[in-house]
Amino acid sequence: MALPPEAAGHAAQSSALGGATRKSGERVESVVIRFAGDSGDGMQLAGMQFTAESALAGNDIATLPDFPAEIRAPAGTIAGVSGFQINFSSDEVFTAGDEPNVLVAMNPAALKANIDDMPPNGVIIIDREAFTEANLKRAGYTSNPLTDHSLDKYQVIQVDVTKLTTRALHDSGLNNRAVFRCRNMFVLGMISWLYQRPIESTIKWLEGRFKRTPELLNANLKALKAGYNYGETTELFTSSYEVPAARIVPGTYRNITGNSATALGFVAAAVKAGRPLFLGSYPITPASDVLHELAGYKNFPVYTFQAEDEIAGVSAAVGAAFGGAIGVTTTSGPGMNLKAEAIGLAVKTELPIVITDIQRAGPSTGMPTKPEQADLLMAMYGRHGESPLPIIAAATPADCFDCAYEAVRIAVKYMTPVILLTDGQLANGAEPWLLPDVNKLPEIKVNFRTDPEGFMPYIRDPETLSRPWAIPGTPGLEHRIGGLSSEDLTGNVSYSPANNELMVRTRARKIAGIAREIPPCQIFGDETGGPLVVVGWGSTFGSIREAVKQLREKGKRVSHIHLRYLNPLPSDLAEKLRRFEKVMVAEMNMGQLLKLIRAEYLIDAIGCNKIQGRPFKVSELTNRITRALEG
Amino acid sequence: MATALTRKDFVSDQEVRWCPGCGDYAILAQVQKVMPEFGIPRENIVFISGIGCSSRFPYYMNTYGFHTIHGRAPAIATGLKVTRPELDVWVVTGDGDGLSIGGNHLIHCLRRNVDLKILLFNNRIYGLTKGQYSPTSEVGKITKSTPAGSVDYPFNPITVALGAHASFVCRTVDVEQKHLGDMLKRAHAHRGASYIEILQNCNIFNDGAFNELSDKQIKADYQLVLEHGKPLIFGKNRNKGIRMNGQRAEVVELGNGITEKDLVVHDETNLALAFMLANFEPPLPTPIGVFYAVERPTFEEAVNKQLEEAKAKQGPGDLQSLLNRGDTWVVN
Repeated sequence: MALPPEAAGHAAQSSALGGATRKSGERVESVVIRFAGDSGDGMQLAGMQFTAESALAGNDIATLPDFPAEIRAPAGTIAGVSGFQINFSSDEVFTAGDEPNVLVAMNPAALKANIDDMPPNGVIIIDREAFTEANLKRAGYTSNPLTDHSLDKYQVIQVDVTKLTTRALHDSGLNNRAVFRCRNMFVLGMISWLYQRPIESTIKWLEGRFKRTPELLNANLKALKAGYNYGETTELFTSSYEVPAARIVPGTYRNITGNSATALGFVAAAVKAGRPLFLGSYPITPASDVLHELAGYKNFPVYTFQAEDEIAGVSAAVGAAFGGAIGVTTTSGPGMNLKAEAIGLAVKTELPIVITDIQRAGPSTGMPTKPEQADLLMAMYGRHGESPLPIIAAATPADCFDCAYEAVRIAVKYMTPVILLTDGQLANGAEPWLLPDVNKLPEIKVNFRTDPEGFMPYIRDPETLSRPWAIPGTPGLEHRIGGLSSEDLTGNVSYSPANNELMVRTRARKIAGIAREIPPCQIFGDETGGPLVVVGWGSTFGSIREAVKQLREKGKRVSHIHLRYLNPLPSDLAEKLRRFEKVMVAEMNMGQLLKLIRAEYLIDAIGCNKIQGRPFKVSELTNRITRALEG
Repeated sequence: MATALTRKDFVSDQEVRWCPGCGDYAILAQVQKVMPEFGIPRENIVFISGIGCSSRFPYYMNTYGFHTIHGRAPAIATGLKVTRPELDVWVVTGDGDGLSIGGNHLIHCLRRNVDLKILLFNNRIYGLTKGQYSPTSEVGKITKSTPAGSVDYPFNPITVALGAHASFVCRTVDVEQKHLGDMLKRAHAHRGASYIEILQNCNIFNDGAFNELSDKQIKADYQLVLEHGKPLIFGKNRNKGIRMNGQRAEVVELGNGITEKDLVVHDETNLALAFMLANFEPPLPTPIGVFYAVERPTFEEAVNKQLEEAKAKQGPGDLQSLLNRGDTWVVN
């Protein structure tokens, strides 16, 4: 979908190369920009502000931050390169884009780390002064790419970012280091002009951020405006580009990251349930931002407990749920391993908590800042004993809100722990979010048992099979629960073989029964079936949908089914999959949903897998799907 | 309070399944005995335990109870107490549960000063798993897992708690029923994490581990009962005391010019003194009683205060305006 600006017309192309004719407002449909620099260069901030500006300009957007796990790797090295990619469009956007149309490289390392992703004729904007001998050496260049013709197939625009920023701030009174740190605002101003983004939102944001340091505020504002004006007056860019507003569903929008949406989903669910929210969590990448965000919502009330370890995080959530709060915990793969035993306790004692696994590339410490989907089978089976629980996965950053909300709703209704799966890409990626009307959110009904008459800890609701939520402080309901096998109804410790099987099967039936309220699977494409359907879950939604859409526009008969509910699976899934000659499961692991589908339905599905800590490129999927259609 | 509760009100309908002769019976009996004195309705009392013999305790109390997983009771209790500060929350743990697998949660709960009453049954052995050495077993201990004797240097449960700056630290003995009852009352009256090490006899796997503290014939010569503001005196004839010799404590006999005025006077608020007492080794006697007790803000108070302050400052949370926060735009 992404039309590169240079393809919008010859004028644009020559202008980018330094042509003399000034034009304004070349209209392009869609642009992908990647900001890349050293970890300390503020590329994430520049990217996020550009995203906000684009969202306010009415574009549909998707973003993908890509940063190293090291907070500050040695300056100027490849390991320290931090990137932020945004796809903004006047059409619907599903991914952050395969290849950038424009790469902003603040130093040689940023160029080297990203050049392989650039298409021929792509625009590369570099800070010329950063290409010093020392920096080239740090990045591993043996010759200067700006002069050795290795970049001839790209449109390289050299800007003296450092010098221009320094000049703009000559009377700021700041030292060289502080001035250097304003380069990101200069670049943001320049790119904002190039794509006709309003910079008011960035100005407002800077005013908030530097409220207490007026000298830094002034410097950043000056750099931003200097960059903007430079874009306008310089002849490097002979044209700016206009990406018109997208035709999207009417309503009020804001830009949101997946982690922020997850946090808000939990708050919303707790408010609707009329109970306090309790988050027990231990800091871990990429989950910590949920803890940070929720820590700011104390007045709702939201309790945040930074626990001594992952186990204490989930255990405290279990304790809070025992007392009647909405208990949640957030973590990533390594933390999930540690929480398994306490999750099993919540399964056995049938207490409602939500465990959020913001998946990252493993195994072990793996690549903490990179996304993966390889925790699905752990979520399904990663506990001892028979301990099924519901699993929900978010598809997009904004969808994290709905999924977090739904996870709490199911947990409370069915008195069960629920696992919510997102990943590093959703967590830090952003998109416009159509703000929900809180009055229209689904009901979350908390019915604490108060009547001692006929009360037993494991007496069950005949429809949902959930047991009563009988919280301490309720007279006449004093009872004991625990991890030991317990007798049906009374909950007394029991080693009866038949009773154990009854309880295990009853809990399994309770979870399986949730399928009753899972909406039917939507087939995007050939409703009545066809040669191939691609099944996906989680953050691969965007890439798969875009790939399927592109192929269908070319007349290929491929369809897409996206799964939000992974346990239980929708009850109509098997029948819908059987409408297709071939079923392909695309996921960022070695075939985990694939295994489930083959095991559950005896359907001979094929896998499409990637384990690189990077989302699927649309082109990777279209190639793979095309081969499958031909094969 | 409506009607006064009695011991029987706290006895659950479950059959107690500890080994006959286990020290746990005495502890259970004393807890059930003192519980009515607190005047707290049963529904507001919660017992939370981990795994081990001691952790069966909640099943036998006719209150709310949660028998959880190995070592995690303090963390689970923290989640409950913070969100429900009005509840009276007790944690029952053992030397393996609390000091080995759950050591981390225990120390963090103590340093945070969560208002939990923590009963640590110390029998210096793993009973439920049938007789392996524990983190409080003495060096050289011969057990099933240490046929050549344990080479692990043990934890001292009192110094562990003092090291975490627990605000209330005491020690008692299962068979010392009156002393145990007094300690339970002191612990309950304390606001903050109250830590009671209860030396408890496992008559199956480690019988007689604390003989010198429980044998009526000899215990007075081995046991030093700590009392705030009183000189450190012990012995069958109460003729022995603790005196400082430079920076070291020593046992002296009263008389021959040595009077009570020469003895150390116990001060529950002196952390350094508490450490010294906790480290007493023969020929010094074993102290029981309150080593250390100070007031400091409790965790759940501090947390809930922040919530109240946020509410006072920002008003009660408004969900719609929270969702609509920041830069928004309207698409028509």
